[in-house]
Amino acid sequence: MLIWTKTEIPSSEITPKATYMNRRAFMAAAAAAGVAAVAGEGMARMLRPSNVEADEKLTTVKSQYSTPGLTPTPLEDITHYNNFYEFGVNKGDPAKNAGMLKTRPWTVQVEGLVKQKKTFDIDALLKMKPLEDRIYRFRCVEAWSMVIPWVGYSLSEFINACEPLPSAKYVQFISLADRKDELLPFEAGISWPYSEGLRMDEAMHPLTLLTFGLYGDVLPNQDGAPVRVIVPWKYGFKSGKSIVKVKFVKDQPHTTWNDMAPNEYGFYSNVNPNVDHPRWSQKRERVIGAPIFRQLQPTLMFNGYGDQVASLYAGMDLRKNY
Amino acid sequence: MSRRWIVALKVVAHVACLGPIAWLLWRLYLSLTTDPTALGPDPTHTVTFFTGRGTLRLLVITLAVTPVRRLIPKLSWLGRFRRLLGLYAFFYACLHLLTYVGLYAGWSWAAMMDDISQRRFITAGLAAWLMLVPLALTSTTWSIRKLGGKNWNRLHWLTYAAAISGVIHYWWGVKSGVKTPLAITVVLGVLLLARPVLKYRAQSAELSLQKKRVSESAG
Repeated sequence: MLIWTKTEIPSSEITPKATYMNRRAFMAAAAAAGVAAVAGEGMARMLRPSNVEADEKLTTVKSQYSTPGLTPTPLEDITHYNNFYEFGVNKGDPAKNAGMLKTRPWTVQVEGLVKQKKTFDIDALLKMKPLEDRIYRFRCVEAWSMVIPWVGYSLSEFINACEPLPSAKYVQFISLADRKDELLPFEAGISWPYSEGLRMDEAMHPLTLLTFGLYGDVLPNQDGAPVRVIVPWKYGFKSGKSIVKVKFVKDQPHTTWNDMAPNEYGFYSNVNPNVDHPRWSQKRERVIGAPIFRQLQPTLMFNGYGDQVASLYAGMDLRKNY
Repeated sequence: MSRRWIVALKVVAHVACLGPIAWLLWRLYLSLTTDPTALGPDPTHTVTFFTGRGTLRLLVITLAVTPVRRLIPKLSWLGRFRRLLGLYAFFYACLHLLTYVGLYAGWSWAAMMDDISQRRFITAGLAAWLMLVPLALTSTTWSIRKLGGKNWNRLHWLTYAAAISGVIHYWWGVKSGVKTPLAITVVLGVLLLARPVLKYRAQSAELSLQKKRVSESAG
C-alpha cells in the first residue's frame, strides 16, 4: 500500500534560499534536457515508488516532533563539515570520498533477542511508514552544532517491526565496514565496524529517528546514507551512520568511542553542559555556518530536549553516567 | 651581504609574515559581507587554526636560524632576521590567544579559568604564550646590553621551551587519531637534535685540530 499524505510544509520552505535556488537551477537544467522525459519519469515514480537514491526527493509529511523556531544550517555546511571516519578523519574528507559508497542494494539485518531474524531491504524500509520532516538541533561532542532538517520516522516504528523479545534491554547499531565501499583509514584508530547502542527505552523514544534523508532529499552519502539513526539529545557520535545491522541484546553493547577513550566518551553521552570533556568545554558551542562573531552560544541540557527526555534518566547520576 | 640587500630582504620578510594576516582579514571581511562561506563552515576554528599554525611555524623558523648559520657560514647574515621572526611569532601567538579569549571563551573570565584548570591543552598553550612574553619584552638591543649577552642567551633558551609547549598544546588539542601535528613535531625534533650535534661537531673538529698540532710539534 502506498501512503500519500500531503506535505503541509514543503521542504523547499525550510531550505535556505541560496540552496533552494541552486536546486531550482539544477531542475531547470534538467527540464531543459527533456521536459517530457523528466515529467514522464516523475509520474512513473509517483505511481510506483521504486529505488530512491541520492539527490532524489522524498515525499514527506509534517511532524509533531519537529523542533519549532529553528533556522536550518545551510545544506553546503551539512554536507561539507562531517565526522565520518570511514571516509577520512578530516571534516572535508567525507564530502570528497563518500562517492565510493554504493547505497543499492542495501539491507539491514536484524538479529539477537528477536522473535526471528529478519532482513529488511532499504526500499522496503523507506515505504514502511510515512517519512516525516523533523528539524532537530545537532550537537557534536567537539562543541559545535548545527540545525538539520532530517527526514525519517521514529525508530520505535522499526523496532516494533523487528519484534524484539522482552529480554532485549539494549539495541546495538552496526555501521557498514567494507573496503570496497569505504576507505576505513588506519589513522582513524577505530576497530571497524563502527558500533553504537542505546538503552531500549531511549531507542523507543519518539524523538529517536530512523533517518533516510535531509532537506527533503535522500541522505547524501557523507551524512550516513542510506539509513542512519539520529538521537537529538545525545552527542552526534551516538547516532550511527550507514547502518547494516541492528542487534537486540541483554547487556550494554560495546560502542566505538567508549572503547577508544572511556573517560572521554560515556555510553550515554547525553548533551550536558555540566559535564565537561577533557578537550572541549560543553557549556558552549560554536554554531556552524554562523558569522564568526555570532557563532558562540550556550549549550542546552539534553540539547534542549529535556522536557521530552529527562524522565528517561530520573534518579540517575548524570555526572557518573555521562 | 650589503646593507641594501638586507633592507630589501627585511621588506620581503615583513610582507611574508604580514601577508597571511592580510589574507585572513580579507576573508574575514568577505565572510561578514558578501560571502558567508569565506572562512569555511566553522570560521572560529579557521582563524584559531590559522594563527596557531602560524605561531608554531614562525617559532620553528626562528629556532632554525642559528643552526643554519653554523652549518652554512655563508648564510650568517640570517642572524639579522632572528628578532624580526621571533617577534612575528609572538604577534601570531597574541592573535591566537585573542581568538580564544574572544571567540571560544566569549570574554568570560569564569570560562577561561574553567578551561585553564580542566583542559591541559589550554594550560600548555597558555604556558607557551607566557614564556614568549619575557622574550618579546627583552628583544630590544637595550635589553641585550642591560642583561649581558650571556644572561640574555640563557633567557632566550626559553624559545625552545615555548616551542615544545606549543607543539604539546597542538597534540593535546587535536582528537586522538589525528596526526596533523606530526610534521611540525619532526621539524622541531630535528632542530632540538641539531644543537648538540653541531656543538659536538665543532668540538671534535677543534679536538682533531689540537691533536694535529700536538703530533706536528712532537714530530
